[in-house]
Amino acid sequence: MPNLLENFKTNIAKTFVICLLSVFGTTVAVASGTDHAGEEKFRPGDMIMHHISDAHQIHIVGRIYIPLPVIIYNHGHLDMFMSSNFWNGFDAHGELQFKPYTASSGTTYENHHEIIYISEGEQAHHEPLAYAQVGHEVLVDSSAHATDSLAVVTAPVEDTHAAHGHKALDFSITKSVAGMLFILVLMVIIFLNVAKTYKQRKGQAPKGLQNLLEPFILFVRNEVAVPSIGKKKADRYVPFLLTVFFFIWMCNLLGLIPFLGGFNITGTMSITLVLAMIVFVITSFSGNGHYWGHIFWPPGIPFGIKLILVPIEILSIFIKPTVLMIRLTANITAGHIIILAFVGLVLLFGQSSAVAGYSVGIGAVIFMVFMFFIELLVAFLQAYVFTLLAALYFGDATQEHHHEEAHH
Amino acid sequence: MEGLLSVSVGTVFWASISFLIVLFLLSKFAWKPIVQSLKEREEGIANALNEADRARLEMQKLQAGNEQLLKEAREERDQILKDAKAVAEKLRAEAVAKTQADADRMIAAAKAEIETQKKAAITELKNSVATLSIDIAEKLVREKLSDSDKQKALNQAMAADISAN
Repeated sequence: MPNLLENFKTNIAKTFVICLLSVFGTTVAVASGTDHAGEEKFRPGDMIMHHISDAHQIHIVGRIYIPLPVIIYNHGHLDMFMSSNFWNGFDAHGELQFKPYTASSGTTYENHHEIIYISEGEQAHHEPLAYAQVGHEVLVDSSAHATDSLAVVTAPVEDTHAAHGHKALDFSITKSVAGMLFILVLMVIIFLNVAKTYKQRKGQAPKGLQNLLEPFILFVRNEVAVPSIGKKKADRYVPFLLTVFFFIWMCNLLGLIPFLGGFNITGTMSITLVLAMIVFVITSFSGNGHYWGHIFWPPGIPFGIKLILVPIEILSIFIKPTVLMIRLTANITAGHIIILAFVGLVLLFGQSSAVAGYSVGIGAVIFMVFMFFIELLVAFLQAYVFTLLAALYFGDATQEHHHEEAHH
Repeated sequence: MEGLLSVSVGTVFWASISFLIVLFLLSKFAWKPIVQSLKEREEGIANALNEADRARLEMQKLQAGNEQLLKEAREERDQILKDAKAVAEKLRAEAVAKTQADADRMIAAAKAEIETQKKAAITELKNSVATLSIDIAEKLVREKLSDSDKQKALNQAMAADISAN
């Protein structure tokens, strides 16, 4: 017991140091910017969105970025290059600037707020800002006589999408995809290793990594799958539930590690959508007659009510996975936003005076430590909730007939 | 950064493919053996518990058997002791009876011997007395008959005796 307490204490200390470092690190990065251009205001909203949104590079700290591969499908061919080709130095704030890049296929791409556009024509960038804002038609016209596609663009980036041509079909390994792939590879390594240990140590007490993970494996199997689905059918769904549980949990935890690019994998709608879709497909395919019967023709209900109930039931098939998707994304993103908001608070005050920044910083760090603990809990909790609800949906779909008689 | 809730086709593509591949890999090569071993271990533990229970019951039964055996042994011992005592008693009684009989017989023999001896002694005594009496009578007669006077006196006395009778 004292050992455990000791561990807990060192963990607190570690988290505290990490928080402190992260705040300090970000302060340095932004401070170097404000030194050069005092006029520019720090906008916490932008900073937060920058951290929680998906991106084509991983931002470690300050001016250190890791490029990621950009893969674009454009009219029958694939363009592949590193996202560092878009980089165009840093502005006075130390913020990364972007420029268009012409791939080997001859198509020019632009990274505008982390969305890749196919440039309609290079001329657009040479035109003054006012001209570019006239509209899409003008740009299409000018694209006809665009010749020097390698022109380096130094003009300020406009916010109108029209100025950037149309969105490219982007299959890039973005920050979230990279994080997800990393977690998936890690999972394969860890669990194949654990499986090997199980095979080697048959009938013996668990050891090492196996010992660490076994309680969670048992938890998912015995506390989530079996009570929701039933002992007989649970085994069919346990592999998916285990995979999804560990995937979500590990992704959530990765997102909590500072200096690793602020991954927000499970806060990326595209990824939770895939998870929810798989749950939907499994639920629909394992749905027995009883399940579908209840949806399309609920037994023991008057005809008039059936007319109202059936559309609701049909909608609920889609609402259930949608809720799974949104809950996970919203919870994880919200946690990131709160922590980042505290960082933003420190930076905002730090902008007016160093004293204000440091004094607010002390309070903010305390709250951030608190939030980090809550986020650690939420990381597990959301993985559990997603797994539990998925298991309940599977249980619903495979429920046996005898239940029907119960509520007649 | 087109809003947080936007969905990117590329990310969906990669997520679907990679997640499904990993799901397949883990299901086949990780979860299956892991769940299998967990099940085996659970069964093993359940079996071991059952076995222990059964062993405990058996032990109880064995103990009860032991007690029964002990009781039986004690009873048998008691019986044997009792029997032995009875036998001993019988033997002793027999011995006593035999001794008594021997003693009686010996006494009887002794008595008979004594009687015989006594009779012999009496006979001998009688003979001795008769001889002695004859001797004495001879001596007396000789004395009495040594002179006439005395013969006469004796005659007279004897005649007197006879006549008195």
